[in-house]
Amino acid sequence: MMHNQNQLLRMIQKYDFALYDLMLYLDTHTQSREALALFDKYRSQRQQAVDEYTKRFGSLQAIQNQNPNQWEWGKGPFPWEREAN
Amino acid sequence: MWIYDKKLQYPVHIKNPNPQMAQIIMTQIGGPDGELGASLRYLNQRYTMPTDEIKGLLTDIGTEELAHIEMVSAIVYQLTRGLTPEELKKSGFDKYFVDHTTAIYPASASGVPFTAAYFQSKGDAFADLTEDMAAEQKARATYDNILRLADDPDVIDPIRYLRQREIVHFQRFGEAMRMVQDRLNSKNFYACNPSFEKKCGNHCPNRCKHH
Repeated sequence: MMHNQNQLLRMIQKYDFALYDLMLYLDTHTQSREALALFDKYRSQRQQAVDEYTKRFGSLQAIQNQNPNQWEWGKGPFPWEREAN
Repeated sequence: MWIYDKKLQYPVHIKNPNPQMAQIIMTQIGGPDGELGASLRYLNQRYTMPTDEIKGLLTDIGTEELAHIEMVSAIVYQLTRGLTPEELKKSGFDKYFVDHTTAIYPASASGVPFTAAYFQSKGDAFADLTEDMAAEQKARATYDNILRLADDPDVIDPIRYLRQREIVHFQRFGEAMRMVQDRLNSKNFYACNPSFEKKCGNHCPNRCKHH
């Protein structure tokens, strides 16, 4: 299924949220195998979504820039703008 | 170090400007229980924490609070777009406008500028973690008050998300507190300062021998 930019960004936000919440949980439950397995699962799903997003719509982090002709990091809209959400 | 991710932690998409609401919500940027104070509190306290797990937890929660400053700022920014001088006067936002136009400036709802006096970095794990737990509850109560005053679903949705995060952070800080207690003589939590005294913990210093 082909996602548009907004749908893909939402997916990445969902994965990142799950991963961040798990990260805080793991900070105080360092031996939870269940949480570690979930973290691993969401991390790989997130990576797929980020790879697709980066390829089609540009980078979410400056270091991901892949365009040899242009530096696209400064391209809007920026996250706090309504158009980005 | 930190690396910027070009997205919000949770989306903010507000269709209708509402400067009066912006004035209220901005308190969660630079007010007494706001996200800026939260972030600086944890990121400053982390250095002297007695265990690696808690250093990690404060780093991660402090970092998440940075993302929350950005979310609340996005809410305020979007609520103050395209205002006319008439709307500014009628809403009462004119007093903020005269100093900052529609820029984001860390201040409370009543206009008091942010100050580091809103938080403490005590260098004592119990004192600091107790403050952190209280801080999360105060921020949660502030979001509850905002929800009592808000009627726009576009505003309510991200505010409810932020409120929920305070509850999760409170839970994690409670666990961190328990972790420090467990390392100490369980009958004498306060006999020494685990952030300062190297032998505080499983190796109790001389002065708590009588317990």
